[in-house]
Parts: sequence; structure tokens; C-alpha cells
Amino acid sequence: MKTNRSSPETSPAGAGLAADQLLAMLRRMHEIRLFEDETHRLFAKGLVRGSTHLCQGQEAVAVGVCSALDRDGDTMLCTYRGHGAVLAKGAPLDRSFAEILGKADGLCGGKGGSMHLTDVSVGALGSFAIVGAHLPIAVGAAFAAMYRGSGAATACFFGDGSTNIGAFHEALNLAAVWKLPVLFVIENNLYGEYSPLASTTPIARLADRAASYGMPGEQVDGNDVEAVVACAGAAVARARAGEGPTLIEALTYRHKGHSRSDPATYRPEGELEEWMQRDPLLLTEAALRERGVDQAALDTLREQAAGDVAGALERAMSWPDPTPETRLEGVYA
Amino acid sequence: MSETVTYREAVVRAMADALAEDDTVFLLGEDVAAAGGVFKLTEGLQERFGARRVLDTPISETAIVGAAVGAATQGLRPVAEIMFADFVAVCFDQVANQLAKYRYMTGGQVTMPVTIRLVNGAGTGFGAQHSQAVENWFLNVSGLKIVAPATPADAYGLLRAAIADPDPVLVFEHKGLFNVRGALDGPAAGELGKAHVVREGSDVTVVATQMMRHRAEQAAQQLAGDGVEVELIDLRSLAPMDVPTVIASVEKTNRLVVVQEAAPSGSWGASLIARVLLDGFELLDAAPALVGCDDVPIPYAGPLEDAHLPSAGRIVDEIRAAMER
Repeated sequence: MKTNRSSPETSPAGAGLAADQLLAMLRRMHEIRLFEDETHRLFAKGLVRGSTHLCQGQEAVAVGVCSALDRDGDTMLCTYRGHGAVLAKGAPLDRSFAEILGKADGLCGGKGGSMHLTDVSVGALGSFAIVGAHLPIAVGAAFAAMYRGSGAATACFFGDGSTNIGAFHEALNLAAVWKLPVLFVIENNLYGEYSPLASTTPIARLADRAASYGMPGEQVDGNDVEAVVACAGAAVARARAGEGPTLIEALTYRHKGHSRSDPATYRPEGELEEWMQRDPLLLTEAALRERGVDQAALDTLREQAAGDVAGALERAMSWPDPTPETRLEGVYA
Repeated sequence: MSETVTYREAVVRAMADALAEDDTVFLLGEDVAAAGGVFKLTEGLQERFGARRVLDTPISETAIVGAAVGAATQGLRPVAEIMFADFVAVCFDQVANQLAKYRYMTGGQVTMPVTIRLVNGAGTGFGAQHSQAVENWFLNVSGLKIVAPATPADAYGLLRAAIADPDPVLVFEHKGLFNVRGALDGPAAGELGKAHVVREGSDVTVVATQMMRHRAEQAAQQLAGDGVEVELIDLRSLAPMDVPTVIASVEKTNRLVVVQEAAPSGSWGASLIARVLLDGFELLDAAPALVGCDDVPIPYAGPLEDAHLPSAGRIVDEIRAAMER
């Protein structure tokens, strides 16, 4: 391996997930992978405006953490590389595609786009395109849960690059001082936009930053969905018990560049290929085979996901564009 | 039942009444709880409503406003204090990119009933980083409502209206006015977006807010002795801006003088004059005047700050000059 970060010391998996639970997670991870592949193609065809930031390779982080958010009222906030997280929290495929395509029936009526997928009805409070800006907002959502005594937990995904912006410090500090039920989840994919982590960050283990805020800092193999579920589940339990926030560093890798204008030429030769062998979908399939699920069932699962994604895209493509007048709606309540 | 209170007392009472009325209202900010606020604008509120609802924060403006935004997504009504309005520069992203746009970018999935109180304004020797007329920074941000009360009655009524409103409202409280006394009539909320005709007159329309409204009032009294009848309008809300009330006045007086505590560029006064020119050019007998500050940071020393801000005397002179145009 060209990187020394691909075989981390991680929390023990030990989730003891039943095969059907793991199958459901694999199904969702396939949907995200296929959704992102389709988005890539839509962008190439000129059907996605601006930019789009894809998360192929990071699916296990989104699906694992969102699986641990297992109560009504739990909330999730993510970044502009957030299609996977929003889908993992339960947003529908068709309306998610429709938002990226700028359709009237998109999740946000075409007002948000790829970087702002939001589905409050499933607890996906938003995708945020200013690095780090949503960490304090996650603190506020978690505060509301504490204020009401609802027992809800909030997960906040962000990249390794976000750990160097002021909002990260302010949010973790306040969440710790107020002992709020929030999980701060670093999707450490080794690059902040085009820059390798080591060139911007003086420590290698980002979870160590938790010590500054008096909260637990856990590192987990972000490509092992069972390990992610176990780690996030423990943090959610702590949050619900009133024991405060947790910083989780999920080690993962994005298969594509930062955005659609980035060919990712800065990656050392062979790095991508080695991470592809630890593709979270492959690892999850292997775990299921160990549980006695046969390959034919796994292939069928993928085909079902592909059918759902294709159907969702077809529906979304057929929906109307928003009328120009709607741009004036929704500024104020 | 009317009683006389200070501007400061009106602010405290508005929050107390809102807290008493609605359990979703809570306060957060630096030293707002145990200390009662550095300007004593939250005095006694933590004692009365408890630490659950009146919370001290670290010196973390981004976290304060971000937490308010996040709490609002869950149906709470946060009232956040920015101790000196100038500090909002630290968390401009949370206000301009997050709070203001959250509802719109999500296609209306959330409401943002967030009130941010900011201590504004010059005249008290705090220097360039603690004295600015910060309301002007936000005029170009769609999605916000902005009010700047000048009297105890408006400090109370507009803050109650802000807290009750489903949208984000920035409430600028002027530090030079905290001891101003005035009548307060019962616990009624004011109305956002409505100007107030302070004094009727037929010769010239003068529009001002906050400290300048009081100085313009002095100027109007002085000019009345010379037979010049000023119609004085306190704009109170800068977003939405009550342009129709100003135009209705200019229709009567045919002259417009705007007085503000800021340089012209990017200011509410410049925006108001542009709107009047666009919508009512033919009503004017002469070019409008914008009485404000030079385009320099606010200086510290008394003689320098005094010279920087429009005085009542200077406002008199500018109104006279406008009458002669």
C-alpha cells in the first residue's frame, strides 16, 4: 500500500449484525454507488449544473452511521459530498435525482441542487457547501433534543479538511461544554480538495483532536460497514444517555476526484488501485459470503438496486422543470 | 396602561415576556446568563427562567449563531445575542449563508424563527471595532429581516415581533440609547416593516433611525422655531423597508433628507434614496440629501468621534441647505 492509512487500528467490529441487516445495508450502499455513477454520467451529458462532488468509495461511512440513527427524530447533517448520506438517511432516489437535475419535484424544488440535498421529513437536515459551517448547526439540532428531552441524536458528517476551520473548534467545544447528543463524523478520505492531508495538517490521527474538547475520539475503518455501525452505535448510546458528543474518524477513500473538474492527478501511482481492493461493497459482500449468503443472492441484490436506481432516474427525468415564478417563493415563511 | 421605562428595561422586558409566554423561546450568548449581559440587557432572566432557557456560551459567535440555526430547524425560537454588533463579522457565514438562505435552499422545508440581537452604533467612545452601524452590512443579503429601534416602545415592540416572527430577524439595539426613557404601553408586539411618522410637517421629509432619529428630532424642534416644518420619519425596519410611507410623505413635502450614522456607500440611506428616486422622482422639487459620515473608520477620541457623527446642528444646516435647493 502506498498509504500507511489503509489498514488502520480500528474499533473492533463485533456488531454481530444479522445477515438480513447487513444485506439491507449492502443494498443501500449499492444504491448510493449506482446513484453516484449515474450522476457522473448526467454531469458528463451536461444535465447537472455547476459542480457535483461524488462519494463512491465512502458509502460504508454514510450507511453505517445512519443505520445507528435508529429512532424517529434522529437527525443528520452532511457536506456538499452528501448524496450518499442523504440517501442513507432515507431520502427517496427519484426526488434526489430530480433535485440534482433541477426539477420542480426535486427534494428542494430545484432551489438547492447537488450540494444542498435536504429531506427534513427523514431527518436529513441539509447538505452544506461552506466547509465546516454545518458543525455548529448540528450542535443546535442536538441542543433542541436535549432542551426537549427527546432522546434524539444528531450525526454530522464532514471531511478531513473541515478539521482545520474555526467552526470545527467552536462546534466541538460548545457540544462538549453542553454535553450534547451529537456525533461528529470525519470522513477522512486523505485529501482536502486537491491537497493531501499531511500537507495541511500536522497530526496524522485526526481523532486525537477530540482530547482538546474532553470527548472520546474514535478511529474506525470507514470501509467496513460493520465496524462503522459498532462505533457509531456506541456513540449514539452515549449521546442518548446524556454522556455527550463523540468524534469519530472514519478512514476511507474517494474513488473520484474532489469535484467533476478534478482528475485527481495528485494521487500517488497505485493508491487508488489498492483502495479499490478494499472497496466497501466488496468487503461487505465478502462478509455476507462468510455468513453463508451465496453469490447469486448478492448478484440479485445488486440487480434489484440497479433496477430501482434506473427506475428512479427515469421518473426524475420525466418530471417538469420548475416554472420561473417559483424562484420568488420560499424566501420567507 | 402606560409607564415610563428605559430602552434597556424595554429590551429586558421584551425577552422576559417572550420567555414567559412560549417555552420554545430560549436565550444564548456571551455572558447573557449569570452576568445578565455586559450591557445588562438580559439582567435577571436566568434567575427567573433558569439555566435551561438562558444560556451562557463560550466566546464563539459562529457556534452561537449556528446553534440557533440548528435549534430552529427543530422548532425552537432562539434569541441569540452578539455582544457588540461588530463581532458578527466573525460569524458572517452563519448569518449570510446559512441562516438567511436555509429556508430558500431547501425549498421551504424549514422555517427559521431566529432572532439575533446585536449591540450597535457609535457615540460612546468604543472605537472602530465596537461602534459601527452594522445593519448596513446585511442590506444585500436576501432572506433576512432587519430592525433598528430608537425608542423604548419600539425596542420592546420590535423585539417581541422579531421573536414571534417565523423568519430570521436581526435586531440592532443602539448602545447610545440604553438610558433613553419613554412610554411603554402594555405588552403588544410591534409590526416589522412599518415606519413611524414621529412628527408631521409640510416642508421637508427627514428620515432617520436610532441615535440619528433623536438628533433629527432636536433639529426639527429648532427649525420649527424658524417656521420650517419637518416631517420626521423613523424608518425602524430596514428590511423590509417601508418605502411607501416615505414616498407618501415626499408627496406632501417634495423634499427629502436622510440622516444616518454611516458613510453613504452600501448604506440603508443610499438604498432608500435610490428607491424614492426610482418610484417618485417627479415628486421631488430638489435633489435629496444624505447626511452621514465620512468614509473612514470610526475614530476613538471624543473630538474626532463627535466630528464623525452628524450632530443636531449639522442636521439643521443640511436641512436648511436642502430647503434652499
